[in-house]
This record gives sequence, C-alpha cells and structure tokens, in this order.
Amino acid sequence: MKSLIKILVVVIMISLFSSCKKDSRPNYQFMPNMYEPVGYETYGEYEVFPDEQSAMLPAEGTIARGYSLFDYENTNEDYERAKLELKSPLDSTQINLIKGKELYNIYCGICHGTKGNGQGNLVKREKILGIPSYDDVGRAITEGSIYHTIYYGKNAMGSYVNQLNEEERWQVVSYVLNLKADLEK
Amino acid sequence: MKKSYQSFGDNSINDMRQVTYRNLTTRLLFLGLLFLLTFSTSLFSQDADPVKGKALFNVNCAACHSLDKKITGPPLRGVEAKLSDEQGLDRDWIYAWVRNSPAVLKSGDTYANKIFEEFNGTAMTPMPQLSDEDIDNILAYTATEKVIPPTPDLGTIGATQSVEGGISNEIILGALAILFMLLAIGLYLVNKTLRRFAVAHAVEIPVVEKSTPLWQAFVKNQFLLLVTAIFFLLTSGYFAFGYMMQIGVDQGYQPVQPIHFSHKIHAGDNKIDCKYCHSSARVSKTSGIPSLNVCMNCHKSIYEYNGETTAEYNKEFYDSEIKKLYAAVGWDDDEQQYTGETQPVKWTRIHNLPDFVYYNHSQHVTVAGLECQICHGPVEEMEEVYQYSPLTMNWCLECHKKTNIKTEGNAYYTKIHEELSKKYDLDKFTVRDNGGLECGKCHY
Repeated sequence: MKSLIKILVVVIMISLFSSCKKDSRPNYQFMPNMYEPVGYETYGEYEVFPDEQSAMLPAEGTIARGYSLFDYENTNEDYERAKLELKSPLDSTQINLIKGKELYNIYCGICHGTKGNGQGNLVKREKILGIPSYDDVGRAITEGSIYHTIYYGKNAMGSYVNQLNEEERWQVVSYVLNLKADLEK
Repeated sequence: MKKSYQSFGDNSINDMRQVTYRNLTTRLLFLGLLFLLTFSTSLFSQDADPVKGKALFNVNCAACHSLDKKITGPPLRGVEAKLSDEQGLDRDWIYAWVRNSPAVLKSGDTYANKIFEEFNGTAMTPMPQLSDEDIDNILAYTATEKVIPPTPDLGTIGATQSVEGGISNEIILGALAILFMLLAIGLYLVNKTLRRFAVAHAVEIPVVEKSTPLWQAFVKNQFLLLVTAIFFLLTSGYFAFGYMMQIGVDQGYQPVQPIHFSHKIHAGDNKIDCKYCHSSARVSKTSGIPSLNVCMNCHKSIYEYNGETTAEYNKEFYDSEIKKLYAAVGWDDDEQQYTGETQPVKWTRIHNLPDFVYYNHSQHVTVAGLECQICHGPVEEMEEVYQYSPLTMNWCLECHKKTNIKTEGNAYYTKIHEELSKKYDLDKFTVRDNGGLECGKCHY
C-alpha cells in the first residue's frame, strides 16, 4: 500500500512537470531581458502610439524616399486620362522582363493567369470569376490604364500600391503589355 | 395566351354558377400557374442557350455582377423581366447598354443615369465584342430559376455518426469488461474448488517462507549502492541537461490566433504565392503581416467558403471567420462599401528571435532566393501555423555551412568568387566561405 502511494506521487510529479510545456504559449527563457527587445518592434503594441500600434501610416503630406506623387485621381475621368496620356518612365534598357515576370506571377498571375488570358488558378477553381483577358477589345488597355489600375484597383480588383513600389509597378506594366502582345498574335 | 384567358373567363363563370367558392379558388390558382408557365416559356422560346450563357457570363460579367448578390454591379437574376416590368425597357435597350454603356449614359437615358448614380458612378466596361446571340444566351442564363441546393443537415449527420461510433465502441468495451469479469470469477472458483479438493484428499499446500526483504539485502551491499547512485546521478544529469537545452526554444509553438486564417486553404489549395501577402519579405527585414486591404483584394468577391470541410472546420466556421475579417476592416457586405469603422487584428507573432540577433528576410528571400519552406516548414499544409524550426544558433550555422551561394548571374560575386576560389582552392562557395559564421554578421 505504501509503495502504491509512492508510485502515485512520482506519477503526479511527472505529469505536473510535463504539463508545464504547452504549445499554445511560448517556452520559458533564461534571461528574458536579454531576449525581449528594448526598442519598438515592427508590429508591436505600445501605449505611446495611436491605437497602440507601432505600424503607422506615413505622416500626412509627406512622401517617403523613393516614392513620388501620382497626378491621377481614382475616378473614371482620370482613368481615361491616364489611358491616353500616362507613359512609362522606364526606357528600353531599364525594362527587366524577368523581374516583371517574377512579380507578375506572384501578384497578378493568381487571377489573370500566367499568360494573361484571365485563367489564373483562382479562376480555374471558380473562386473569382470574370477576369478579362488582356486582349479584351472593350477595355483596350494601354500602359497608362494598366498603371492606373494597379495603383487604384478597378471594380472587383484591389489596389496593389502597397505591395509593389513605383519601379516594380512599371516593370509589371511592361510585362503585361508583353503578354497582351503575345495574346494578340 | 389569349385562349387561356378566354377559357379562364368561361370556366370561372361556369364554376360560379355550378360549384362552391373553394373549388373556384383552386381552379383559379391552377389556371394562374398555367398562365405563368406559358408566359415564361414563351419569353425564352428563342434558341438562347443558358449553358453557353453561363460560360459567357463567367468570362465577361462575373467580375462585377453576381446572379443574386449585389457586388460591384447589381445582381442580374431575372434582369430582363425586371427591366421590362419596372422600367418598360426592352431587349434593344439591353443590347445598347451592354455594348456601349457610356453612349447610353450620354444620350440622357433616365434609368441608365439613375443606376449609374446608385453605384457611385462606376462605369460598366463596354462589351462591343458580344453579339446579339451572345447577349441572348447570357439573358437566358440570368433568367434561370435559382436552384436551392438540398442542404444536408451536416450537424445532425455528424452527430448521428459520432453517436453510432460511440455506441459500437462502448459495446465492444463493455463486452470485453464482462468477459474479463467472467474469467476472473472462473479462476477464483477453480482455485476455491482445487483448495477444497486438497483439503478433502489431505494434500499439503506448501507455505512460502519469509526471507529477508529485498531492500535490506540491497542496503547491505555497498557496491550495488555505489553503482546505483552513479547511475541515478548520470540519468538525472542527462535529463537536466536536456531540459535546460530546450529552454528558450519555441519549436512547435502554435498560439491561437484571433482569426482562424488557414494557410492550408490559401497557400496550399489555392496556391497563392507566399509573397502575395507577405510582400515585404522581398524587400525588408520583416516578412510583414499583410494589412487587411490585401485580404480584401480577394475577399471583396469571396464572401463564403466552398472548399472541402471537416467536422471541426465546416463551412459555417470558415464563413464566420470571413465575417470577422469584414468586421475588422469595416466592410459592409450587403451594401458593398466600407463603413469606416475599423479595428486592428491582434495577431500573435510566432517566430521570435532574441533581441541580440539580427535577421533580415530580404537577404534570404531575394538575394539568396531561398524558399520560405526551408525555414518555415510545410506552411501550405498547416491549418494553423506553428514554429517548424528551432531557430537556434546551431540551426542557423548548420545551414550556413552547407548552403552554396548562387554566384551565377550575380555581378557582385563574379570578381569575389574568382579571387576566393583561387586563394582557397575551392569549387563551391558556401555561406561559411563568405563569412557566414562570423559572430559580427548577426550579433552586433
């Protein structure tokens, strides 16, 4: 009987120790003040910030380094204006179709298809429908209208302005024009 | 049609005279149904093909129109009947609108301008490529009745199944328990009978003598004590070392997130590139938690889950998680517009490096061109993400020792690689050879 109690005590102790480790919370640390950052972390929660978020929008009226103003509004008129006037700042030596393709396949190909025919994986799986082909006559896209669409989105398509920087957007535009030319052959 | 009217009139008069009032109403209803049926078939008796229409609809219209739900444009089920009933607009108006809506707007058409204003001035893309026949087919498709899918009650099915499973398991266990009890009773009875026989036949049952207890013999043996002590010290040392080595290592850490975002559905089933959402992994130190507008790029259109489900993660579960996203980003799904009331989603960060280590995603993702899965494991199979790698220093260094640097096509390395390979007589050029084991690279 005595030995039974001893065995029980050992079992309980082992189960207590093992139950201390749980996957839903982080493990113990030797010296937390060596591990925990003193500065503000990228997506941290700190009282000093509005909404307690360290992730903030740039101050109003400022432009971050490497960015520039975009003279077109998110309206139908400015879309038509961009379609006619807006031209790519990249000259033929700066256009990098390999980079454009890489970015296109990440951000656009999932819906528009890697060939630009509107048959991306999400369309094939009928998650998102009605993606037009780039050679669609009614739309007749130009480099200006492509850039405007990437910048503001159009109809069901959202804006990609925070995923691609200005140069990357123009690289994608070049690649889209390339795909359009292939489709029209 | 005229004929049916006539017969309707005649019959009703006759019925009024001859039979009761109740019979009249049923007859009226029946005739009304007949009338409706003839009317609806006569409308689409042309050779319009709803199947072809569906294909055309999915390609040309579905970006902005759904059959039953207001999205970028109005819902289109029964649009032709609705237009002719409410606005008196015929099919020619639809042809003109579909092929060139800006022209219809400019002509000052009242209804066109009204609907244009109602949808905040979203212009409908002109579709000059659609022929009369194409539009007829699409209209035939939009005129199809809504098919309400027979909803098998998932909850009850699951429940009954699990109950059935439970019953069968319990029956088996119960049967086993009864069997063992019977066995025990049988053995006890056999023992008892044998003892009775032994007593009856005067057979002596040997009595076990009590020897010195085992622990006393053990204590008296000095050598055995020493060996046991050493053994215990070594094993406890081994376990203590093992326990201390895993302190601060969060491998397997799997917190519960505020929104159940399934990487399996997004990255696995739908094959969305990791960098679509974690776009800053290409260009910055952090991989980036996508802001909710990135979610809304797709979830503006995808408001429900239609993939495969399990008992735990069913359609209602996933749909409610999409609702959580809408609540956080302030999207009114019925009105299809943002309310402006947003709240941050408090994701729990899983992969944490100590403050004294520097790690840069872009260096590994863009420069080295590594797959995310090398460090993060099969995320595309994870319903809920957990920390796959230990993220210890040894783990970093093991990879730095064996990974070759891709020097081909990298102008920066052309010269360095030539010099280094000459100096050290190396063919391959690993991260170690480039100083990837130096303390100051990551600790400063």
